[in-house]
Amino acid sequence: MDSATLKKSMTVSEMALMVIFGCLAFLCLFIAGKSDEPGYAFHAGLSAIASAAAVFFLFNRYFDRPAASPPLEINGKPNYNMAPVKFATIAALFWGVAGMTAGLWLALELAFPGLNFDQSWLNFGRLRPLHTSAVIFAFGGNVLIGTSFYVVQRTCRARLAGQLAPWFVVIGYQFFIVIAATGYLLGITQSKEYAEPEWYADLWLTVVWVAYLLVFLATIWRRKEPHIFVANWFYLAFIVTIAVLHLGNNIAVPVSLFSGKSYIVWAGVQDAMFQWWYGHNAVGFFLTAGFLAIMYYFIPKRADRPIYSYRLSIIHFWALIFIYIWAGPHHLHYTALPDWAQTLGMTFSIMLWMPSWGGMINGMMTLSGAWDKLRTDPVLRMLVVSVAFYGMATFEGPLMSVKAVNALSHYTDWTIGHVHSGALGWVAFVSFGAIYCLVPWLWNKRELYSLKLVNWHFWISTIGIVLYITAMWVSGILQGLMWRSYTALGYLEYSFIETVAAMHPFYVIRALGGGLFLAGTLIMVFNVWMTIRMREDLATADDAGTRPVLQPAE
Amino acid sequence: MSDTVEQPPRKSLWIRHQAIERNSIFLLLGILIVVSIGGLIEIAPLFYLRGTIEKVEGMRPYTPLELAGRNIYVREGCYLCHSQMIRALRDETERYGNYSLAAESMYDHPFQWGSKRTGPDLARVGGKYSDEWHIAHLKDPRAIVSQSVMPGYPFLAQTPLPTKAITDHLSANRKVGVPYSDDMIANAEADLKAQANPDDPNVAAFQKRYPNAQVRKFDSETATITEADALVAYLQMLGTLVDFKLYDDKANLR
Repeated sequence: MDSATLKKSMTVSEMALMVIFGCLAFLCLFIAGKSDEPGYAFHAGLSAIASAAAVFFLFNRYFDRPAASPPLEINGKPNYNMAPVKFATIAALFWGVAGMTAGLWLALELAFPGLNFDQSWLNFGRLRPLHTSAVIFAFGGNVLIGTSFYVVQRTCRARLAGQLAPWFVVIGYQFFIVIAATGYLLGITQSKEYAEPEWYADLWLTVVWVAYLLVFLATIWRRKEPHIFVANWFYLAFIVTIAVLHLGNNIAVPVSLFSGKSYIVWAGVQDAMFQWWYGHNAVGFFLTAGFLAIMYYFIPKRADRPIYSYRLSIIHFWALIFIYIWAGPHHLHYTALPDWAQTLGMTFSIMLWMPSWGGMINGMMTLSGAWDKLRTDPVLRMLVVSVAFYGMATFEGPLMSVKAVNALSHYTDWTIGHVHSGALGWVAFVSFGAIYCLVPWLWNKRELYSLKLVNWHFWISTIGIVLYITAMWVSGILQGLMWRSYTALGYLEYSFIETVAAMHPFYVIRALGGGLFLAGTLIMVFNVWMTIRMREDLATADDAGTRPVLQPAE
Repeated sequence: MSDTVEQPPRKSLWIRHQAIERNSIFLLLGILIVVSIGGLIEIAPLFYLRGTIEKVEGMRPYTPLELAGRNIYVREGCYLCHSQMIRALRDETERYGNYSLAAESMYDHPFQWGSKRTGPDLARVGGKYSDEWHIAHLKDPRAIVSQSVMPGYPFLAQTPLPTKAITDHLSANRKVGVPYSDDMIANAEADLKAQANPDDPNVAAFQKRYPNAQVRKFDSETATITEADALVAYLQMLGTLVDFKLYDDKANLR
């Protein structure tokens, strides 16, 4: 080894990071001491501890690591850096369970309001952003970061760029989640749905996100193939657009350096438009483009078939990202937003149906010639059913964006049901499928611990989703109709509270559906845990260039 | 762009597209341009098209106490179950009152229109119920409305409202465009206290600064100004600033 001849020295980035984190630790300590707001002071203290820990780990890492940086290739084959991917995968499982448990609790609170226990931190209003952020950004975000780091390395045949940077991204992102989640429970929120974290958490996320973009791009620059693989276009669109949305929707003026509270620069109608431009494209680019990248890599891999149509994927890509951006105003039909904007939003939302289904067809038809695998491989079945749910949700969405339909559906549980057919059926299922593929690949196992358990997971969760969305269709349409119902004499037929009382049975069924879905996820966690612990390591899989050959399950 | 690929003269679009497939910076710029168009066209005109925000009488910035109450409304996530946006639909205007105007949320940073009505719309809840009703309802909603699914907020009436920082909050609002005067900012803390106490010597000056502001002990159960005082002060002014007997909707057709 040549490491003996090399003199070990600290890299510029190691030194810079230590200085930055050191300064940050003191700054946060200072803020924690001076702030009057207990929640904010707690966050500043937490940040000071985390910064100090970062300095400690950087030192530790420096003393432990060999003098030479890890080689980009070993014996002509790429020396992949899969440790951050493993970290993100485990984090996704953890946050998934946490977020879904919070969701189940919320569902039970609506059915049985005594469960709020009159506690500030446990009430629906504080717990709800915890649920949405935990499942979207913590679970979904970790799946996206993990799979993107995996896919970009594999498709570019190159080691992930940077040595500290990928770790900064995954760990920095977890820290953002901790700050956001504890903040909600403490009542720290700027009340913009899906963008609730306050200014300091937003600033931190911006830094982490720029690092993410750079790691991803720099890995692409190392690629051996002239072409950038389709999945990477979608990942790139997701990363870049989320950055734009995040910046646009979160521009705020803090009350002071010693206050966690800020005021957003936009007001009223403009703020509403900014919010739903952000909100709908968090769906479009976080929950759609990012997970479509997963579809474009994992379904062909698992089915062992090429993507159905390369040209369709080009059209799919540009049409999807162009049209999605316009769809935001459909969240504001019949409100004080000017009509022209509402009409534009509705028109583009309907057009959006086409690229969405183009993508669905591309994913589904990838199975042509391999349909029989659906019968034998529950992981592939999960992936394909996720695409089917995607198709269903992206049909329902344009339907609900039509003003006449929206007049009924808006403000009701129909919206909640629609979101969950997308979130549970599409996002969660495609994530589960990807995790089931990834875990054996990452930990060098031939297959999962038990495909039978995957099958159980699939069916339990599917039944859970069906219960959930049908309950919400019925309650949403019922409530919408009750609100607008008139008596023969021309008076409103129902008081508001009568429409609330009518929701109870459906809220119970919804909680049951959510409980089943969570049970399925727990089965997956057990399966993944047993897979990682399994003792049949593949000797050949240590060889970085090869991957365990996928066998059709028996 | 296309000259990086060597191909016969007539190149199909698919061939030309390869330039983007091969260059991450082209791809990045392409994405940025494509995703910017829709947002720019939908958002930018809202800042300059006249008529986006109606011209109305009566709108004023929130009083310090109302602003503090609004911050509690935001903190507890009330917007997750209560909208503040009455749509221009017959049943809604009959149930809640005149449809909401854009002007009515012109000083709202951020807006609180909401997206779900697990509970009723609150855009015009001001004056609909008594203060006592609100205090009792916040403490234990099911004691007032037996079928309600709203959480109880008994802690609000037990938590004293911090008053000192309110000046900074008004200044921050001014920085984002709310027309608070120097006078309002200088007297923020005094105004906050005056609104919750009719015997306060500053009441007259306060009401001059904030026309039509309601002055009384909102939470009469406790002597100190609590979070419940602030929240009820906010709820009781919601939708009351514009007088719809005088509002001319023809003048604001858009």
